[in-house]
Amino acid sequence: MRSRQVILTAIAGIAGFALVVLCLAFALTFRGAGQGQHVAAIGGPFTLVDDNGAPVTENTLAGKPSAMYFGYTFCPEVCPTTLLDLSRWIQKLGPDADKLNYVFVSIDPQRDTPKLMHAYLSSFDKHIRGFTGTPEQIAKIAQEYRVYYKRVPTDDGGYVMDHSAIIYLMGADGKLVSVIAYQEDDAAALAKLNKLLATSASS
Amino acid sequence: MRFLLTLATVAMLTAAACPAFAQGTGNPPIEVEQPWARATPAGAQTGAAYMTIENKTGNADRLTGASSDVAGTLQIHEMTVVNGVMQMRQLADGLPIPAGGSVALKPGSYHVMLIGLKKPLAAGETFPLTLTFEKAGNISVTVPVQAMGAMQDDKSGGMGGMGGMQSGKSGGMGGMEMK
Repeated sequence: MRSRQVILTAIAGIAGFALVVLCLAFALTFRGAGQGQHVAAIGGPFTLVDDNGAPVTENTLAGKPSAMYFGYTFCPEVCPTTLLDLSRWIQKLGPDADKLNYVFVSIDPQRDTPKLMHAYLSSFDKHIRGFTGTPEQIAKIAQEYRVYYKRVPTDDGGYVMDHSAIIYLMGADGKLVSVIAYQEDDAAALAKLNKLLATSASS
Repeated sequence: MRFLLTLATVAMLTAAACPAFAQGTGNPPIEVEQPWARATPAGAQTGAAYMTIENKTGNADRLTGASSDVAGTLQIHEMTVVNGVMQMRQLADGLPIPAGGSVALKPGSYHVMLIGLKKPLAAGETFPLTLTFEKAGNISVTVPVQAMGAMQDDKSGGMGGMGGMQSGKSGGMGGMEMK
């Protein structure tokens, strides 16, 4: 009776210890992922069309770092504001601006045809290209870039989209370098873009 | 005579200084101040109008809808950016305007969303907008269109107005501060 209790206590103790070790191992693993692998996991192959209707893939952007923004033309505020900010930064980069790709990827492929995106982008800096595709193709690139987007119905039978509102700065190798947050100030955004330019010069 | 002139001048100035009142009622319950909208990109089907709504009455009111001949549908929306995700929500019950208080419709917050624009909103133009309130009824205002980068009702904006950027937080063009 007594010995059974001792054994049970011992088993409980061992199980508890094992649990703590497991938790620690998990925590360390995820910490490691957060520092390296997780960042590297953003981005990946895609097949889309540009705003001229021409097919594009990740190879279209290869060789130059890229600033990528995911949004939609039906967006009344955040997207035009961000594209306007980006246009201003592009102008401030001067001739160096040509060393980067700038892409506006639609997360609303139902509405955003290449033609509509082309017209829309005519209001912004001419460096910015539009990418769109089938809903499946957009779902794939959104997943690769960890872009959140969700369709929200409105009472007129229409819909608006919730979506990530950050600009991804990708290296020439297609890996994430940093991000520019919505409404980030000019100095900080330009510093990041210049840093991105520097990665292309050294590679 | 002099007194009458002064009185007339004061009356005129008062009338000029008061923005749109609710029509049809004698008292000025709700005032719509500094309405403005942003120019929209080519091909864009949506736009947003902003303003400050002041409720000078002792009763809470509610902005329930809007109409304009520049767009097919107008809705009252709230925009937020949470953890880097932009969310836009239609305010199904309208936007409460507290008694004696005022509510600002501005970038990054509440706006009147214009859906199905008949043509792009161009900077320098104006368009009519009728706001519908639960108690105050309809109030019509004329909305000037600012440059696309404008962050508030202001004369600045546009790609050229960048020189006076304030340190740190940039709202958009022209050094306007956001929020």
